[in-house]
Amino acid sequence: MMLASFGAATLASYLVVSGILLVIGVVGFLVRRNLIVMFLCTELMFQGAAIAFVAAGRYYLDYSGQVMVIFILTVAAAEAALALALVVFMHRQRDTLDPDAYGELAE
Amino acid sequence: MISIMQSIIATPAGQIDQLVDIVAPTWAQFILWMPLISLVLCGLCAALKVKTKAPAIITVISLATSFVLTLMLYFGYEGAEVIHIFEWIHVHWNGGSFISDFALYIDKLTLLWMLFVTGLGTLIAVYASEYMEHDVGKGYARFFAGVSVFLFAMSCLVMGDNLLMLYLGWEGVGFASYWLIGYFYQRPAAVAAAKKAFIVNRIGDLGLALAIYLIWSTFGTIQYDGISTALAAHNNDAATFSAFGGWTVHAIPYLLMLAAFGKSAQLPLYVWLPDAMEGPTPVSALIHAATMVTAGVYLIARTYPLFQLDDYALPIVAWVGGLTALFAATIGMAQYDIKRIMAYSTVSQLGYMFLGLGVLSSYGAAYHVFTHAFFKAVLFLTCGAIMHGFAGQLDLRKLSGLRKMRGWKIVSYTMLVGCLCLAGFPFTSGYFSKDAILAEAFVTQGSGFEILGWLAIFTAGLTAYYTFRVWFRVCCGPEYYEPGDELHGDDPSSFHPHPPRVAINFVLIAIASGAIIAALPYFMDNETKGINGGWVAEMVHDSPARGGVPNAVVAVVDGEHATAHEGVANAVVDQDHATHGSILGMDPHKAMYYISGVVGMIGLGFAFFFHLARRKAADSLRNKLLASRFTRWLPIAMENKWYVDEFYIAVIRTPLWILGKLFALIDRGIIDGLLVNGIAGTPRAIAKWFSPLHNGAVQSYAVSMIGGAALVILLMMFMPEIMSFLQSTMIGATP
Repeated sequence: MMLASFGAATLASYLVVSGILLVIGVVGFLVRRNLIVMFLCTELMFQGAAIAFVAAGRYYLDYSGQVMVIFILTVAAAEAALALALVVFMHRQRDTLDPDAYGELAE
Repeated sequence: MISIMQSIIATPAGQIDQLVDIVAPTWAQFILWMPLISLVLCGLCAALKVKTKAPAIITVISLATSFVLTLMLYFGYEGAEVIHIFEWIHVHWNGGSFISDFALYIDKLTLLWMLFVTGLGTLIAVYASEYMEHDVGKGYARFFAGVSVFLFAMSCLVMGDNLLMLYLGWEGVGFASYWLIGYFYQRPAAVAAAKKAFIVNRIGDLGLALAIYLIWSTFGTIQYDGISTALAAHNNDAATFSAFGGWTVHAIPYLLMLAAFGKSAQLPLYVWLPDAMEGPTPVSALIHAATMVTAGVYLIARTYPLFQLDDYALPIVAWVGGLTALFAATIGMAQYDIKRIMAYSTVSQLGYMFLGLGVLSSYGAAYHVFTHAFFKAVLFLTCGAIMHGFAGQLDLRKLSGLRKMRGWKIVSYTMLVGCLCLAGFPFTSGYFSKDAILAEAFVTQGSGFEILGWLAIFTAGLTAYYTFRVWFRVCCGPEYYEPGDELHGDDPSSFHPHPPRVAINFVLIAIASGAIIAALPYFMDNETKGINGGWVAEMVHDSPARGGVPNAVVAVVDGEHATAHEGVANAVVDQDHATHGSILGMDPHKAMYYISGVVGMIGLGFAFFFHLARRKAADSLRNKLLASRFTRWLPIAMENKWYVDEFYIAVIRTPLWILGKLFALIDRGIIDGLLVNGIAGTPRAIAKWFSPLHNGAVQSYAVSMIGGAALVILLMMFMPEIMSFLQSTMIGATP
């Protein structure tokens, strides 16, 4: 299999960055009390995953990784449109963006 | 005894061969279809909410058409024939077949039954058109639809060419009976009576179903012709008879008997008939007196040869019949509801018919069916007229002197005609038909038939007593009445009885004349030489029941006993049985005229004394009986119908009820509780542990999701270590 080199930076460095982004996203999603920020955290997780894909694609000289990223961007864009619209509506309903205020939707 | 039984299974082989040659009158099928058409039209009337007497007119016209067709069939009769209508059930397989056509078997026994079924059916429908008029627009169409169903089913039963058609009719009349007993469905008593009739009849129907199955498996056919042929092939050969089908030929008559006892209300299944009087009176007259209840007699007459395959079958029929006659008569003596008295008298008279069948007088049984159909119909119809006119009053203590009231003369005197016939007053139709049976009990030698004969004579006296108890109480004496409880909102003090009008009076006169004329067939000449007993004997002689016709075919073999029977005459080898029984040293056929006449007059005399001349004597006698410790049980038991219903409730209904409760407990506790609900409850119980996770907080969901993902990743990362660890412990465990 043909493998490319990243110069000084190795594949591991990219994956570490990707992992850090994912963890920041996860932690942010779990601790923040604002729906918009939580939403932004999911975007962070997306980007973490995307970096891992690009890095792996480059490492294996395979375009599938980049194709995947294009997909992720598309999905993220669609999701952003939908989620922001939802957030706006929810804010109109309750005048707050605290996720706990919407707990009764579980019933 | 055995050889008599076997030798009288006389099946005319030639008769069957003729069948093919005759061009069948296919129009006869309309005897069946007319009531069915009437049913459809009555149903339409009910659907369109017709507020006129149209259903009655439709029913009367179609039943009259059936009657006319039956008459045409009778006058054009040239010999037994099968009229094929359509193929019903044809199943063939390797080496066997089951065939049951929708076809009619017309012989004279069929015609005898059909003549009075359709004739009385028409007249009673006319009667009902006036009797049921308070229900015009409400239940009127329903009532006549029920009558039409009944006539269709009864025609199927009587005219069918095989046992499956008979079964169809048998179930059909049972259903019609249920329908019409429960006609006043708002009354709990009527609903209970309908259920009782249906359920008790099911016991008999089970017997019939099993009998038909056994007949098919033994003889390979259920068509009457086929059975006759199979029997004829084995005729007069004792050895083959016992080998013929093994135990089944002995089981068949008992199963058929069970069916007949259920439908014809004999011991121990008679309990439904008195309760069936909850239905409208025309129904009681038509179904529960004249026609349906004689279906059992018809069944045994039709399958008479099968009953002669077992030595004890017919004697048991005789004993059950004789005991039922006595038993029902004792109950009838002590009742106060006149319709109920008539019901018990029906049970009692049906007992006579079975006695007749049992003592080898199918002729007497058929003749009694024929005369009874008329006189009992007229008795019920007069009871109905009284009930109709006195707002449901049926208690004979509260009605008196009807004879002298305006507009009640026809009712009183037609009732007298019915009573005379039922009591067996000399030279009435009931007198001749009952004598035919009573005499046979002494003529035929059999197990205890002589005792049975004396019992039956005693019962005849009781019959005369309870019959005239009704007539003397209700129609004679001082004028007095109390209205019943069906006042339709009228004030009891301003109550006036309303006597019957044209339709009811016409029908009463017509049927009463029929009851008188029914004595004539006894004197009519018949074409077949050597049969005594006139027209009815000839009708029966031309059928499988001919074994019970006196003096048929070869009677002169033994000159001494000119009145001996065909069977006895055939069995001349067996001189012991060729002897003709006697009563008090006289010839029963002649002596019985005097004996039963005298006994009847004694019963009548008692009734006259206690219920007309000195009515107080009846009460004081009852009080005297009640006062003594040794006799008080008698009136109490008789008035309470010998506690048979209570006995059945204690012995059959209560245990079944307890069993039902037990099964209900098992069903609810184990089946429903443990199995069904237990299985359904398991996921819910497990879900209880996890349901707190579903708390509505988005971030807690995220925690469980991420935790789950982390767990999966950890598992994947450490899979090789886990596997090796597991392997090492497994190997360590199994050295």
